[in-house]
Parts: sequence; C-alpha cells; structure tokens
Amino acid sequence: MNLSLILQMAAEAEPGRIGLVCDGRRWSYGALLRAAQGAASRFSASGVGYVALLDESSEAAAIALFGAALAGVPYVPLNYRLADADLAALLKRVAPAWVIGDVERVRRLDPDSGHQLWSRGDFVAVAEQAAPIAGEPPEAGVAVQIFTSGTTAAPKAALLRHANLLSYILGTVDFGSAPEDDGALVCVPPYHIAGIAALLSSIYAMRRILLLPAFEPDAWLQLAAGEKASNAFVVPTMLGRIIQRLDAGNRPELPALKAIAYGGGKMPTELIERALTLFPQTDFTNAYGLTETSSTIALLGPEDHRSAHQASDPQARARLGSVGRPLPTVEIEIRDEDGRPLPAGERGEIYVRGEQVSGEYRERSALDAQGWFPTRDAGWLDAEGYLFLAGRADDVIVRGGENISPGEIEEVLLSHPAIADAAAVAVPSLEWGEAVGIAVVVRPPHEVPSEEELKKLIRDRLRSSRVPDRVAVLEALPYNEMGKLLRREVRKLFQAS
Amino acid sequence: MKPGKKLKSAACDTEVMVVRGSDVVLECGGVPMGDERPPEKAALNPAFAEGTKIGKRYTDAAGSVELLCTKAGQGSLSIGGVALQPKDAKPLPSSD
Repeated sequence: MNLSLILQMAAEAEPGRIGLVCDGRRWSYGALLRAAQGAASRFSASGVGYVALLDESSEAAAIALFGAALAGVPYVPLNYRLADADLAALLKRVAPAWVIGDVERVRRLDPDSGHQLWSRGDFVAVAEQAAPIAGEPPEAGVAVQIFTSGTTAAPKAALLRHANLLSYILGTVDFGSAPEDDGALVCVPPYHIAGIAALLSSIYAMRRILLLPAFEPDAWLQLAAGEKASNAFVVPTMLGRIIQRLDAGNRPELPALKAIAYGGGKMPTELIERALTLFPQTDFTNAYGLTETSSTIALLGPEDHRSAHQASDPQARARLGSVGRPLPTVEIEIRDEDGRPLPAGERGEIYVRGEQVSGEYRERSALDAQGWFPTRDAGWLDAEGYLFLAGRADDVIVRGGENISPGEIEEVLLSHPAIADAAAVAVPSLEWGEAVGIAVVVRPPHEVPSEEELKKLIRDRLRSSRVPDRVAVLEALPYNEMGKLLRREVRKLFQAS
Repeated sequence: MKPGKKLKSAACDTEVMVVRGSDVVLECGGVPMGDERPPEKAALNPAFAEGTKIGKRYTDAAGSVELLCTKAGQGSLSIGGVALQPKDAKPLPSSD
C-alpha cells in the first residue's frame, strides 16, 4: 500500500471538488493529485534521498507529501523555528534533499550538501507543469520522517511507513464521509505529526482543508467565520488565545463550527470548561497520540465531554482530564519499571501496539519482541478504560529511592481554588538525592496561598514524601508553541536560585 | 492475498485493496479478479451487477476477508459465487 491512495481515491471520486484552500487559492482534488504526480516525476528524476519542507503550511506541504509518496522518497518536514546550528545538523542528516521553502537559509547553513533548493512558488509551479510520474508507486517503505524535538540529546529521526499511516487513516476515517460544505481549519505546523494527520484525514474524509499558514487568534477567527469552518484542531495554547480574543470582544458568528479537536499538550481543566460553555453546540474531542504512533491512539469524544461537564460527581467531572479510550484498532497497557502490566488505577509507563504504531527510528526500532512501543509517557487507566496522562516517564521524581509522579502532586494543587496552573519537578536535595519542587500560578483575584497551606494540602491528600521542599510562584508556566509544558525550564528555576 | 494487495475486475472498472486477506479467489461481476485488467472486458454476470462503491469496505460472512473499494464499477464482489457484503462504518469523531 502507498499513502498516495488517499489522494487518488478522493480525486477518483470527485476530481472537481475543492479539497484545499490556502491564501485565497482553491485546489480541487484533481488539481492536487495532478500537481503531486508532477512533483513525483521531478523528485524521481532528481536523484535526491529526501523531500524536505522548510516552510509554513501551504498547498506545497500537501503536494510534497503525496508527491514524495508517489516517488517513493521519504518526506521530511523540518521545524523552521529551530536555531541555525540545530537546523544545519538536520539538513546534513537528510542530504542530498529536494528542499522546499526558505532556500536562502539552506544556502547559508548547508551550502555544500548537494541539496536542490526550491522556493514555495517555484516548486508549486514546476509540480503543476511537469509530466506525471509513470508506473505504479512503491508498495512499502518510509513515507514520512519526522525529527523529534530532542530535549536532552540529538533529535531522533522517527520513521512512519506507508502501512503505518494508511492503517491509521483506514482505521479511523470513513472515506468521503464529510458533507460537501464541511471545512477543516488546519493551523498546526506542517512539521508536527498533527499537521500531517490533518492533511491525510481531511482528504480521505473529503473534508475541505482550510489552511492557516501561521496561527494567530484573530486570523483563525476570521478564517473560521469567512470559510464557515465545520471542524478545527487546536493545541490548548491556541484555544486559550482564541478564547482571550472572544473575551476581548472579537466575537464573529461561528454557527458552522460543529467540532473542535485538541491535543498536543495538557489541557487545563478551567480552559476546556470555559470552551464548553462558550461553544455549547460544538463537539469537543481530546486526542492523544505521538509522532511514533502516526497521531491519535486514544480519544475522549463529545459525549464524554458533555457528561463530564454536566456532572456534579467529582469522579465523573475528573474525566474531562482524561485523554479517553484507546482507538478500537490499538491496544494500550500500563506497565511497571520491569515491564509487567499493571492493573487499572495504578500508574506506570504507557505501552501501545497496533498497525499504525511505528516505534521505529532511523537508528533503531524501539518496539519490543511482541510489537509493543514504550511511549515514555506515564499514565494510568481507570476502571472503565479511560486513560489519564501523568507526565513523561523521565519526569518521575526519585526521592530517596521512592518514585513520585509529578501528575499526582499537580492534580492535588489544581484542586485548590487559588491555583490556576501547577508543575512539580525534581529539585536537587542533599538528603534525598532528589526532592519535590513546585511552581504554581495563582488565579486572580485570589491571594497567594502560603507555603505552609500548600504543603499541608499535599501532606493531607498524599503523603509526607510528596511535600515540596521548594515552592515558586510564577506569572505563568513555560509552554512551547504546541502547548507542551517545558519541565526542564521549571527545573532550571530551582537550580538557578 | 496479503494486506495491501490490489486487484482489478476483469468485467468492470472496480479496483479493490485487500485490508484483511486469506487464500481465496476473489470475483467481481462473477469473474475472477486479477493483478491487471484484461485488454478485453469479460461479460458481466447479471447476478453480480449491483455495483461497487468507492471507499466502501466489503467482507465475507466469516469476516476472514475484508476489501476496500478504491475504484467503483458496475460489478459486485463475491468469493466462490457468494456475494460479499458492505461493512457498516463505526464512525469515530475526527481527532485531526
């Protein structure tokens, strides 16, 4: 199987239907396929080993993704926000590549690696003009390579094979199921797995893609209203910024907006509750997945959101903080440090298995002998199979040999009415090796709670080993642009002082 | 028939991709399907002429074979003369 099947089927079913809108230009499925076939013949003739994108989202991302699939060359979207030295290192790892986007930057950073450089406009023009590639596309191989963010070591090159990505799409999306006036607003960057999955899912559902090249809340609201978006995917930070604009009085009518999916980082409970109140008619879906799993592996659906939002029972309300149940096509297990499966309610590392799960890097495969992928995410399942995340397995605080999950401490802190956001991290301790440090954000108009009050709260609800040695009060916690909490930044706070 | 294998109808435009397979001969329009379409179309058996629909999944009663229709045609799918049935989709909310 080849990933290009997705676009081929849409173009076969309705070649003239509009599949993608970007910067005012409208692309039919037929025109997109034609451009992808032209791009493929040029990729194939060029002799490059990779097709790289160094650009914001545009039609070029879709044409390059499917063109590369047709040519049997891995597609590598690169993070244009990386610092020069980090980007230069990645460019060398994909040389020689056909690079689309910021050609000046590549010329400056990696001039001697034999890259073939194309601005977005030149690439799209040549793809539209070139003769279509002849013959059948390859049946196997790597379709997409994504460099992980690499917080501690060099970024890893995660490989997604045609079979992984197609299994995900065929298992989760019903072909051509979107009504013709549907439109999916896509504002995640193209180098993120959510950006790739958005293109694939929308085209297979035949839901018109409304591309917003760079996220900005007013532009998002304007595009959503102007193109009558029916669906959107956002990371929590984006949703927060959109709601700020709504609160500030920019309130366009969005009657078409049927569904908002979110993921990519922890959603503050207060924010999702506010969103559910502001958009009572909109279906909310929380998606949990990783690059290495071809996007979503668990989801919390609209009904779960509504029943949790309306519930008075704290147990039922807590479900708003869950990432939902595993997809029917994947298996999820929680395991202890020795790899033994844990029962419901116990925290451990999340393992996942399924055809969409690659778990493979350029250097090695992380799958075990039975095909399970250790996500390095910590979490637990409740009695009904709902998955809760508890940070990265690497974020565990080891205090005198006792493992402490930051999530349990954060949860207790967030139950305090004056605490809007909280992070627990390891801080150096002469006595214990590591001890607990907490950073909290106070919710106005509350007073800052005393250290003693917070320590007592944790001592009463958990146990004494969880009580923090250090407490910091911050204006806001540090998050990256995808809404991921930067724990290393929080840790630095305690090391510096 | 391994997953991912593509088969073409000899009697119409239908093309399918195997999602789940077993060792069977698949027919479309009452005629065995193959890797390539023959230069001359075979006659469509009227008993197997309800048509296929692009994007639909088709399965046998035992659930051992599942096919995805990647190109629609006038014939309908069968194994050993027993018609395959379209599978009902269990829609998931969009998460992308």
